[in-house]
Amino acid sequence: MSHTWMILGMAAVTVFIKAAIFVLGGRVAFPPLLQQALGFVPVTVLTAIVVPMVLAPHGQGLELSWRNPQLVASVVAVLVCAVTRRQLLTIGVALLVFFGWQFGVLQG
Amino acid sequence: MSQPTRFSSFAAGARDTIPMIVGAAPFGMIFGTLVGAGPLAAWQGQLMSMTVFAGSSQFIAAGLVAGHAGVLVIWLTTFIVNLRHALYAATLLPHVAHLPARWRWTLGFLMTDETFAVMNGYYSRQPDSPHGHWYFLGSGLSMYINWQIWTLVGLLFGAVFPQLQSLGLDYAMAATFIAIVVPQLSRLPQLGAALAAGLFAYLLKDLPYKLGLMSAVLVGVSVGLALLRGQASRTREGQAA
Repeated sequence: MSHTWMILGMAAVTVFIKAAIFVLGGRVAFPPLLQQALGFVPVTVLTAIVVPMVLAPHGQGLELSWRNPQLVASVVAVLVCAVTRRQLLTIGVALLVFFGWQFGVLQG
Repeated sequence: MSQPTRFSSFAAGARDTIPMIVGAAPFGMIFGTLVGAGPLAAWQGQLMSMTVFAGSSQFIAAGLVAGHAGVLVIWLTTFIVNLRHALYAATLLPHVAHLPARWRWTLGFLMTDETFAVMNGYYSRQPDSPHGHWYFLGSGLSMYINWQIWTLVGLLFGAVFPQLQSLGLDYAMAATFIAIVVPQLSRLPQLGAALAAGLFAYLLKDLPYKLGLMSAVLVGVSVGLALLRGQASRTREGQAA
């Protein structure tokens, strides 16, 4: 139940953001600094979610080791994506390495 | 060329959005599968796609719910992550300001990164088209229906293969985020912002209510802005010299 309210709250926030300016007209203005700041939001939020997941996948300490499949797959993903810039290829290779490392290398 | 009608404008908007539709499909499916691997019920995942309809904030919310974040943190993150849509709306406002309110609500709700890109191109080619809002509706509605279908496919996929959960499927989210972030890091301010955000997110990860995430984003954005300022002032000095 609380998850449903969480989702409906997200919807209310998002619909307000998307429609407010169309509905209220030009009465809302964005200072240039806020516009620049918003440009950094997607990159910083996504990175801030990923880094702890990859460096400490069990929520404990740092796991800087070749035995950490999240870390190995993510290093490969960053390299593949930086070279090819292809998103789906990156995701596919990352998942292959992740599962391959988990079930092939570490248990093999 | 014949005069465009309402329907032909609607169809042209949907047609010109097809590349975006193809691109969004796998992300809809990954979102649905992730919901199946997390604490949300399947119907709640579909509800989120139907009412929120903003991909990156849906991914982030699914990740935050799985990490037991508080509801206020999720709403605040949603607000910050989706605020860019207000910039899109401000850009397109001159072309929709004359429409009735029900049209402005509908088109606002259907705004996404993809439809903004399509509409921005369309209005720069045809600033005075009388049926521009039908084109907008065609683009937005086709993205919306596509997102619902692929969310459902992902939810069904996760339900048919429940053992995927124990395989560490949540790593798919990390892989997806990496694929979104890395292509944006070719400019120094973006790279610095991401590195700072990642470092502080790790250092502060044990703070309650995901406050570490919020702080890391603030630090990252500040670093990005500072680097942007530095670049701008160097450019000015270069021009003065």
